[in-house]
Amino acid sequence: MKSKKSRLEKHHIEDLVGRSYMAFCVLLLIVIIISMVYFVASKGLSTFITGGVSVGEFFFGTKWAPEADTPSFGAFPFISGSFLVTLLAALIASPLSICAALFMTEIVPGWGKKLLQPVIELLAGIPSVVYGFIGLSVIVPFLRDTFPGQGIGVAAGALVLSVMILPTITSVAADALAALPQNLKESSFALGATRWQTISRVILPTTMPSIMTGVVLGMARAFGEALAVQMVIGNAPFVPKSLFESASTLTSVITLSMGNTTMGSSYNNALWSMALVLMLMTFAFVGLVRLLERRNKI
Amino acid sequence: MKPRTVDKIATSLIVFFALFIVAILVGLLGYILFRGLSHISWDFLTSAPQKIRAGGGVGPQLFNSLFLLVLTLIITVPLGLGAGIFMAEYARPGKLTGFIRLIVEVLSSFPSIVVGLFGLLLIVNYFDLGFSMISGALALTVFNLPLMVRITEQAFRSVPKQQKEAGFALGLSKWKIVTTVLFPVALPTIITGTILSAGRVFGEAAALMFTAGMSSPRLDFTNWNPLSPSSPLNPFRPAETLAVHIWKVNSEGLAPDAVEIAAGASAVLVITVLLFNLGARFFGRFIYRKLTASKRMN
Amino acid sequence: MGAIAPVRESFQTEDLSIFYGTYEAVKGISLPFAQNTVTALIGPSGCGKSTFLRSLNRMNDEISGSTTKGNIWIDGIDINAPGTDVIKLRQKIGMVWQKPNPFYKSIYDNIAFGPKYHGIKGKKALDEIVESSLRRAALWDEVKDRLKDSALALSGGQQQRLCIARALSVNPQILLLDEPASALDPVSTGKVEELIKELKEELRIVIVTHNMQQAARISDYTAYFYLGTLVEYDKTEKVFSNPENQMTQEYIMGRFG
Repeated sequence: MKSKKSRLEKHHIEDLVGRSYMAFCVLLLIVIIISMVYFVASKGLSTFITGGVSVGEFFFGTKWAPEADTPSFGAFPFISGSFLVTLLAALIASPLSICAALFMTEIVPGWGKKLLQPVIELLAGIPSVVYGFIGLSVIVPFLRDTFPGQGIGVAAGALVLSVMILPTITSVAADALAALPQNLKESSFALGATRWQTISRVILPTTMPSIMTGVVLGMARAFGEALAVQMVIGNAPFVPKSLFESASTLTSVITLSMGNTTMGSSYNNALWSMALVLMLMTFAFVGLVRLLERRNKI
Repeated sequence: MKPRTVDKIATSLIVFFALFIVAILVGLLGYILFRGLSHISWDFLTSAPQKIRAGGGVGPQLFNSLFLLVLTLIITVPLGLGAGIFMAEYARPGKLTGFIRLIVEVLSSFPSIVVGLFGLLLIVNYFDLGFSMISGALALTVFNLPLMVRITEQAFRSVPKQQKEAGFALGLSKWKIVTTVLFPVALPTIITGTILSAGRVFGEAAALMFTAGMSSPRLDFTNWNPLSPSSPLNPFRPAETLAVHIWKVNSEGLAPDAVEIAAGASAVLVITVLLFNLGARFFGRFIYRKLTASKRMN
Repeated sequence: MGAIAPVRESFQTEDLSIFYGTYEAVKGISLPFAQNTVTALIGPSGCGKSTFLRSLNRMNDEISGSTTKGNIWIDGIDINAPGTDVIKLRQKIGMVWQKPNPFYKSIYDNIAFGPKYHGIKGKKALDEIVESSLRRAALWDEVKDRLKDSALALSGGQQQRLCIARALSVNPQILLLDEPASALDPVSTGKVEELIKELKEELRIVIVTHNMQQAARISDYTAYFYLGTLVEYDKTEKVFSNPENQMTQEYIMGRFG
């Protein structure tokens, strides 16, 4: 064939250009992630390597006094704060989300989905500063009037976060429920089971791993959320004694202090260590999601 | 209790909680619009903020948000297309593809504050771009790129594979098929997804605080020289966005009408995001009709 | 390259085998396709006839995990050899599928797209190709007033003829048809069959069909496939009136498949 003579014809060049461009884009993704991990890790580890702070002190020390004469970098209040608001938010949001998903797929599959789908999408679309603003001007005054304390604190943070992660859990749960084979339900109904019996004994146990995926994704979002939490949690660097006491999270202390510290100072480095913790938690959440997905496949 | 009674109670609870979520959204939107709309005026949308006096506006912030969004999309869309097309049309199942998929998943799971910190370290300090529009746009690119990759991949995967075969049978190169046969079919989905992601970018604050900065220089809207420091088009000037402004006003606002400003700005933000949502829906339907019905084309 | 084939026909396969992984879907088939004839490939589902057809323009290359052994000779050149410019090759071999798959473009652009890509320039030249291709596909009179309309607005039968016109637009020497009428109504089917008979005056056609009457009506040669092997190949009248093989007879009579 003639084409054998010249290797580079028009279509070869086109394909080459296309492939090079795509390779560039994919390579960029790889470079971004590698440099992110590298830069955050090298900054975050300097607290322990050159700063002389022990890993134990950082993770379990409760005294956060980075600017004292003998500074101490106990980040436990922030780490525990992050875990606390995340778990509380998941505890509040999960039942609500599962109900919403059941409503969309099992109770009134037609208009239930038509009603809740846009609601969920809009909730997901509201920016986090707006959630923070509403938390500050609605939830905090409400808590202040109803419970002891100033209103700001762990409870306010968890409530704001729970609304923010509702859409994540609901949409994953609804997808899982919708993917359930029809005959599974029918055979349960055929045995004379009521709808709730079917839901509680057949539907929920079967879809639990998928729903848990949604819960973990929601928790990942809650753990990393910065501004909304920072605005309502009070930002006191202590482990709170009650849910209505001011506290801090990793994200809130980074948000507040990063701009006021000089690069390279041990105070600043400690904040980077917290960013590293956030990053490692992201890996953990992604790993957990993958684990659940794999279990779900079997 | 009889199963029937339990069933009734459980069903009512599910319906109650589902409707409760609807009520949350209605309450949220109602509150924001009720509090904010009265404060929105032409003057509010166009004038500059005041530090300690009442009556400041959000003009520069609104402009910054829009300009930053455009800048981000200009960078993100071509990159996302390249990587997304690779994932949909070229990547063969295997270790490399799995690795890239993992990267996209991890990148999209990173908390936005961590993305912001990475931007601060690499773009603002290391590349010495300072707190600027372009630093913000690059940080938002990291934030938005994984989403763009997914949108593109899904859009291309949803194109019937017979389209590709028809292209092959005519003796077209694969890249030509991708760009001229598949791309137009995938385009409506890509545009819809992009508009939705634009809403997310528009409301993002945590990734911008330490990249685009928390201040806006005095802008001269008659100066369209992009290199002049007072020109709104200068990409190397600091650019506080609307979302960042809401956060700042809430946490350190000194103006007596800070709460009203936050409410008004929140309303503007939410309305914009709503418009993006509606726009995406409307546009998707419009294009679908245009492509499939017998309306005149070209 | 450049080996001379021991050919009877300028287009034929020789000992062609196709594998999906380790599964052998087509087992060493040698078939000739004569100029100006229609060859029908028949057989029960999963017999490998569609896989075989798709290998003739190396469409199977696009499925990962499929490998081919053996030769496909066109004018003395083995197009199955590694190093063949597959994209160039496909221009010579048109293909039409079961489900009409017009591009999401106007009727005009559907036809003009291929020639434009292959270097035809100028509106007049393209106009001519569009008209002649549509005429050859017996569609011109129905669409000449709305060439700028979306191709998706056409009926299923019209879309299928448009796909045939599109295949003809790049002047192929061979036309591969994969059950081209099975998704169409009887009237459209009749039109497509009529068209196939006319087109064989200009090129050679290979058609996969499940419809025995259709095979009998339009083809000159018939090949019966079963489980990846070629059971019987002969002139269509012979296969349908007096098949050599018991299995062929049973399939044609509709006893299985």
